[in-house]
Amino acid sequence: MGGVHPSENKLSRAKAIEALPLPEVVQIPLAQHIGAPATAVVAKGDKVLTGQLIAEATGFMSANIHAPISGTVQSVDLQPNGQGVRQMMITIKREGDEWVETIDRSTELVKECTLAPQEIIAKIKAAGIVGMGGATFPTQVKLSVPPGKKAECLIINGVECEPYLTSDHRTMLEHGEELLVGVTILMKAIGVRKAYIGIENNKPDAIAHLRSLAAAYAGVEVVPLKVRYPQGGEKQLIAAVTGRQVPPPPALPIDVGAVVCNASTTYAVYRAVQKNMPLIERVVTITGKGLKEPKNLLTRMGTPITTLLEAAGGLPEDAGKVINGGPMMGRAMVNLASPVTKGCSGVTVMSGRDAERKTAGQCMKCAKCVEACPMGLEPYYLSKMTQKKNWDEIEAQMITSCIECGCCQSTCPAYLPLLDWIRLGKQTTMGIIRARMAAAAPKK
Amino acid sequence: MANKLIVSPSPHVQSTQSTATIMRDVVIALLPALVVSTVVFGTGVLAVTALSVAACVLFEYLIQRFLVKGSCTICNWSAVVTGVLLAFNLPASIPWWIVLIGAFVAIAVAKMTFGGLGKNPFNPALVGRVFLLIAYPVQMTSFPAPVSGALDALSGATPLAAVKHGVEAGIVPMQDLLLGNMPGSLGEVASLALVLGFVYLLWRKVITWHVPVTVLATMALFAFVVALSRGGDAALLWQFPLFHILAGGALLGSIFMATDYATSPMTVRGAVIYAVGIGAITMCIRLWGAYPEGMSFAILIMNSVTPLLNKYVKPTRFGVK
Repeated sequence: MGGVHPSENKLSRAKAIEALPLPEVVQIPLAQHIGAPATAVVAKGDKVLTGQLIAEATGFMSANIHAPISGTVQSVDLQPNGQGVRQMMITIKREGDEWVETIDRSTELVKECTLAPQEIIAKIKAAGIVGMGGATFPTQVKLSVPPGKKAECLIINGVECEPYLTSDHRTMLEHGEELLVGVTILMKAIGVRKAYIGIENNKPDAIAHLRSLAAAYAGVEVVPLKVRYPQGGEKQLIAAVTGRQVPPPPALPIDVGAVVCNASTTYAVYRAVQKNMPLIERVVTITGKGLKEPKNLLTRMGTPITTLLEAAGGLPEDAGKVINGGPMMGRAMVNLASPVTKGCSGVTVMSGRDAERKTAGQCMKCAKCVEACPMGLEPYYLSKMTQKKNWDEIEAQMITSCIECGCCQSTCPAYLPLLDWIRLGKQTTMGIIRARMAAAAPKK
Repeated sequence: MANKLIVSPSPHVQSTQSTATIMRDVVIALLPALVVSTVVFGTGVLAVTALSVAACVLFEYLIQRFLVKGSCTICNWSAVVTGVLLAFNLPASIPWWIVLIGAFVAIAVAKMTFGGLGKNPFNPALVGRVFLLIAYPVQMTSFPAPVSGALDALSGATPLAAVKHGVEAGIVPMQDLLLGNMPGSLGEVASLALVLGFVYLLWRKVITWHVPVTVLATMALFAFVVALSRGGDAALLWQFPLFHILAGGALLGSIFMATDYATSPMTVRGAVIYAVGIGAITMCIRLWGAYPEGMSFAILIMNSVTPLLNKYVKPTRFGVK
């Protein structure tokens, strides 16, 4: 239901993953996941090894962070992120490439996993793994099924419905076997016997490859999916694979018995559990029509985006917008010296003409936004009621169900900034709901 | 840094369709019917259409410039669409000054008064037509006979009017109904050409099939039941429904007027209810009303229900049973 089909532009689909040379300096933000920022456990002047813990999870909803290179900590201070907002970051200057001893850097496949579910989850937590599709939700939190709820199936998200991005695609092709071991580890962690790997039909090579491999793994099934953005949205994927719809917030995927994990994250889980490898590198798609050579780069965390751009032939003359992520949900950057983080699946460069928003006209009630909304909302109406500050009405019309996929705005022939308004309305409404719950809660 | 980068929230993709391309597509979809109509009724068709379009565009330009004092809106082609549709609802022999009055009512009264494109509650071209039908009933119902001069039995009267006065529905040859060789408003007669326009609009994703198909299906079903109740011969059971969807403004109205964005519901379910209403009201007027044709009244009546449908008929929300 709903959705759009933007031009796929998977320019780098046939480009094998290429390792980027080690960066000289990295900047590691303490907040690169949803939840509380991690707490730094190193200080200026400390020597660190590659893979060493440098910041510890602060509480349950947080994630560990490890040094992606070896060297000396230069500073732990506020630095501008991609959006120009100053954030706490650890800056490390590289000296050689000395690794923590316990990490197994060989490419040898380790299938056997004898750990108990709790041990698996503990290892994933220790490795600082978060959702690598962009949402950066701490993986161990997802795997800790709350009491009273029961997981029935695991769904691996290999949809990659964002235009341009190919990092999951390449990971599935080049690390299929490891990914499948990762799937069995995750199945064990949450205690399910059934796992589905959802892949859009525009990646027939990945579907065929994983299908042939999956035959050797019990209970793992590859599910080809219709090419339709946002097929890879968590709720859309669950509905496409299991036929069950997650109820509106505050319900979670586990309420319909599903745990969803991104394909690259699953590969990272394999490396964490079987190889003791913390999350210190990831595949980043560097892409855009103006780029000389779009690529899939295996990049250490903290590497400046500019280094990736140089590896792809430099920022083109006509570049108008550089997006952290894909063009549908990615964030436009102002600071290209900002680092690659755990959730950065790609960097998309748009040329000037494509980057500019066209002048908004008047809504002619064409209903294309209503047709496109995958959540069954009425974007034109939510946008208009937000402008009128009619908070009661937008709450009643379920604005909090909005997943901010951008289908409405990308399909609007009047170029109205629908999602800009809806975001504002959604944030305001969620604030109102929180305040109401706080007022209703019993006083301590 | 050499480049000045643009920063805006996602999505960073915009539609390849614009208001102007959509409206232009509607005009393109109307062209085949215009050509057929010119063949059937002569070059008067082109004069009426050109005058109507020019007047609509001029009125919109003047009102936007001097009364609204807003940015120019004629470039979005919507006034052109209104102009063509108004002309399509007039007889080819209509006096020029009546066309001007119709254009004024359509643009000034029905469209710009409410704030222009997207804000009008009623279809502007139909408001123009109905105003003229009530104000100038004689001129609005004197139809020139087709140039090729077939159908002596009907000359001057539309097939619907003839049937209203007791002529059997089977009297108009199917070929003439399809090709438009019959008296009528200049744009409504060319059935096949209108269907061609429909296919074009579907292909260009300007409209969906729901409204036109539901209107026509409702009319056909309605006519079928009536034919059944009248107990005529078996041929009438298919002739009568087919006659009603091919004669008069059924195709023009259901494809091009009922699908008007601003005046039709926003959800598929709402649109289907709206379309059933149009089909049923049209048939009631045709069979039991004072007028031989009821399409324009039916659409305007259902236009008035659209806000109500938008309020109460919501899309199926994700995750809500």
